[in-house]
Amino acid sequence: MARHTVTVTVNGEAHSREVESRLLLVHLIRDELALTGTHIGCDTTHCGACTVLVDGVPTKSCTVLAVQADGAEIGTVEGLAGADGMSALQEGFMQEHGLQCGFCTPGMLMTGTALLAANPDPSEAEIREAISGNLCRCTGYVNIVKAVEYAAAKMAGADADAPADAADAPAA
Amino acid sequence: MIPPPFDYHAPGTLDEALALLGELDDAKVMSGGQSLLPMLKLRLATPANVVDIGRIPGLDAIAESDGHLRIGALVTETALEEDAAVAARYPILLDTARVIADPLVRNRATVCGNVAHGDPANDHPATMIALRAAMVATGPDGERRIGVDDFFHGLFMTALEPGEILTRIDIPAPGPRSAGAYLKLERKVGDYAVAGAAVQLSLDDDGAVTRAGIGLTNLGFAPIRATAAEQALTGARLVERGGLRGAIRRVRDAIANAPDADDAIAAASQAAADATDPVADRRGSVEYKRNMARVLTGRAVRQALARAVAGSAGTPDTGAGG
Repeated sequence: MARHTVTVTVNGEAHSREVESRLLLVHLIRDELALTGTHIGCDTTHCGACTVLVDGVPTKSCTVLAVQADGAEIGTVEGLAGADGMSALQEGFMQEHGLQCGFCTPGMLMTGTALLAANPDPSEAEIREAISGNLCRCTGYVNIVKAVEYAAAKMAGADADAPADAADAPAA
Repeated sequence: MIPPPFDYHAPGTLDEALALLGELDDAKVMSGGQSLLPMLKLRLATPANVVDIGRIPGLDAIAESDGHLRIGALVTETALEEDAAVAARYPILLDTARVIADPLVRNRATVCGNVAHGDPANDHPATMIALRAAMVATGPDGERRIGVDDFFHGLFMTALEPGEILTRIDIPAPGPRSAGAYLKLERKVGDYAVAGAAVQLSLDDDGAVTRAGIGLTNLGFAPIRATAAEQALTGARLVERGGLRGAIRRVRDAIANAPDADDAIAAASQAAADATDPVADRRGSVEYKRNMARVLTGRAVRQALARAVAGSAGTPDTGAGG
């Protein structure tokens, strides 16, 4: 079957691969680019473990063809941490115990990252609606919601350019 | 799960897409792919060719013009949810988009794809029935309009010809004193409906129904128009006299005090249930689904009425009469 050259920018780095038409984006990311932080859970468009950002939009990468993503900017969990350490949301998941087994976490982080980019101060209802396509079987979601709230508060503190002691110090 | 082998085509223009559909054997059109890709992965569909219309410019427009809301082939459910005109004048569409799958799927899933897929479990078909929408199909000979009542032929079967693409849906703008609602019973977020009811009503100045549209989701092998239920409502005065004029403080009272309301709504709800032909599955028995069709239809009628009354109370022309 025909093969196609696909060029994607993943976490800022450009990659080109020759792929089959039927290759899924999640397999391109995991198998071709060896970025295994993006998980495959249900593989049936339900669980959201495979969520990545496609041009900033949270997307279930098990339900997108790699060829559809040609030319796109892809964001995965590997790209969240910067030179100064974890993102506010990653830190929130750690501080608020937003994970137990951790399988859903990369997807939760990508959806949460997109939510906070669009809505820096989401209500609990907005957080729950945003992550309603990401299933977690451990936490009951309570601590995931708290993690997103933690990140929103920390980012608001940073934006306000305040000393933000609480936000900068790793909570003891 | 790996889809079966197929070849992929990404035309840059509509003409190119139509030419491809003419040339290729066994080609399937893909827009958001949120229904097609799961079917490919489950090997429920095995087309030799997939024509991705997702890169064609100009198909993602949503706009009101010439008395219609026009929804282009690439308008996503998320775009529908975020559209100001939809929020203001087509609450039934907002209801519908919000209960389709989940926000991540809605970021890619398209309204036209939801309809063109021909799945009676999808939610927009019932909405389009209630709104009396027209499907605009583009083929090698140009555009043709297909009324929603002629569009759905059965399970995954529509009036679209193999060489055609559903390029737009045209929804007639609701007149004054009109509103709708879509209610869906689902077991969990993102599930297909146990049952769903879409209701769009237009009232006259005295609160009598001049036009009713009622569509039902996942209650048969095709989306259903509940014609007898529509007839049961048409002409019935569902809002008390004067209820559409002046300030409405208590919308529920305006409906409750209308002499016809309870009987007409009960009759319409039962007629809707009688129009269904559900199959028993893990979502419920035939009897349960029929009963849910009855309950949801009644609630959707009341919600549509409440919205029509609340909307009318805010408009100057009706306010002047009070």
